[in-house]
Amino acid sequence: MTSLLEPPVTSAPPKVGRLVDQFEKGLDAPICLTWELTYACNLSCVHCLSSSGKRDPRELSTEQCKAIIDELQRMQVFYVNIGGGEPTVRSDFWELVDYATEHQVGVKFSTNGVRIDKKVAARLAASDYVDVQISLDGATAEVNDAVRGPGSFAMAVRALENLSEAGFRDAKISVVVTRENVDQLDEFKALADKYGATLRITRLRPSGRAVDVWDDLHPTHEQQRQLYDWLVAHGEGVLTGDSFFHLSAFGGEGGGSLPGLNLCGAGRVVCLIDPVGDVYACPFAIHDNFHAGNILTDGGFASVWKNSELFRQLREPQSAGACSSCNFFDACRGGCMAAKFFTGLPMDGPDPECVQGYGQSALEGERTVPQSSVDHSRTGKRAERRTPQAPVPLTLLTKPPAKFCDENPLAGL
Amino acid sequence: MTAPGATAVATAQFDPGATWRLHPQVALRPEPFGALLYHFGTRKLSFLKNTVIVAVVRSLGEHDSVRDALRAHGIDENAERPYLHALRTLADSHMIVPA
Repeated sequence: MTSLLEPPVTSAPPKVGRLVDQFEKGLDAPICLTWELTYACNLSCVHCLSSSGKRDPRELSTEQCKAIIDELQRMQVFYVNIGGGEPTVRSDFWELVDYATEHQVGVKFSTNGVRIDKKVAARLAASDYVDVQISLDGATAEVNDAVRGPGSFAMAVRALENLSEAGFRDAKISVVVTRENVDQLDEFKALADKYGATLRITRLRPSGRAVDVWDDLHPTHEQQRQLYDWLVAHGEGVLTGDSFFHLSAFGGEGGGSLPGLNLCGAGRVVCLIDPVGDVYACPFAIHDNFHAGNILTDGGFASVWKNSELFRQLREPQSAGACSSCNFFDACRGGCMAAKFFTGLPMDGPDPECVQGYGQSALEGERTVPQSSVDHSRTGKRAERRTPQAPVPLTLLTKPPAKFCDENPLAGL
Repeated sequence: MTAPGATAVATAQFDPGATWRLHPQVALRPEPFGALLYHFGTRKLSFLKNTVIVAVVRSLGEHDSVRDALRAHGIDENAERPYLHALRTLADSHMIVPA
C-alpha cells in the first residue's frame, strides 16, 4: 500500500561522503511520505499493514487535509503516497488529489480498484501528475483472493483494463511478495506488460493485521534467495520501493547488487501521516512505540517532523548490537525496524528474515509479539481476521460514523 | 548508487558548448549536502552532492554554454570533468534540457 524511495539517479562530483550517511542524520523535510487518508476499506485483506476496515470518526476534514498539503508544499515534500484503507472512498478524494498536484505535491495513490471505473480512468489519463498503484497479491484469482478476499482479483483487473483502455500510461501493479505468490513473479510481470503497467513488488512486513499471518505468509529462506535472484535477473524495470534491502547481503559483503539506498528511512527521509493526523516513523509502524506526534495537537507537520523526540532518536547513530560483528552489516544495516518490532525481536539484533539465518534462530527463541495499539478492523477475532471477506459495498463517505465503536462499518453512511 | 538512465547513446546528445537549463517540471530542494532534484514528469529523484554543482545547475540558463556556467563558478578546464559527468547524467535523465 505504500512506497518509500525508488532507486535514485545520482550526480556526484567531488565526493562529500556517502549520501546514505547524510540521510541517516535525517533531512529537514521528508523526500516523500505516506499518507493514509482513511481507515475505511471495502476489503479486509489478511495482511493489511494499517489494520483498516472501519472509518475513524476523528478522520481529518477536507480543510485539515488541505492545510497539511499547504505545509508539505512549503517544505518541498515532492510527493505523497496516498493510501488507506481505500482512499478513493473519501468523498473529497479527487478534490484533495487536485489540490495537492496544484500545489506542487505529486500524488501516487494506492487502490484496490473499487472506484476506477471508465469515467475515473479517463479522468486519470488526462493528468500528468498522478500515479496509480493497483494492489494485487496474486497473479491468479485463487492466490490473490485467498489474501485480499473474494472478487478482489476481478476488481483489480477491471481497474487495470479501464486504465489501459482510457490510455492511462504506466499504472503500477503493486504486489506484496508472499510465500504463496513468490513463484508467480514472471506471471505478474506478464500481467503488467499486458496492461502497459509497471510491476512494483514490496516486502511483506508483519505490521497491522499481518502480525497474525506473517509466520505463514512470509517467504521461506529458500524463497528469499529465489526472490533475490529474480530481482538481480529481472530487476530492471521492476520497482521495489527499496524494500528488499535486507536481501542485499546475498550479494556478499558490502552488498550493492540491488539498486537503491539500502537504508531504513524511517523518521529520516520518510514517515507516515495517518487518517487522524498522527505521524508515525514509517508506514509499517502504526504503533504507539513509533508515534512521533499529531499534526493537529503538536503544532503542524513540520513541527512534528523537526521536533519529535522519537525522530530525533532515529536520526542518532543506531547501535548495531548483536549485528555489529557480522561481516554483512554494511549490506543490510540490521534490516527493517518494523519487521523486528512486530515479530517481538530486539531492535538492535537481526532482521527476522536475515539472510544469514540469524533471524530464524532469534525467532525460535523466546519472544513476545506486541499487541496492536491502533486497529480499525471490522473484527477482533483472530480466526476471522485471517479470512478475508467479500468486499463491503461502501458508499462514498460523506460524514463520520456516529461513534467510534459502531459495530457496523456502514453505520451512519 | 548508480545512474541507471545513463547510456552511451544519450551521452552523445549532451553538448557542453550549448545552453541548458532545469526542466520546467523539475523542483530543486536545497539540502546541507547539496540538493535534491525531483522530476514531476518522470517521477525520478536525483541528488546533487555538493553546493557548487547546485549553484552551477541553477545558473545554467543564464549562460551561453555549460562551460561558461562552470567557469563562472571557478571551475576551470582541469577541474571540469566530474562536473561535466554529473551534468551529463542529469541530461540523460531529462533533469536538464537544452534551453
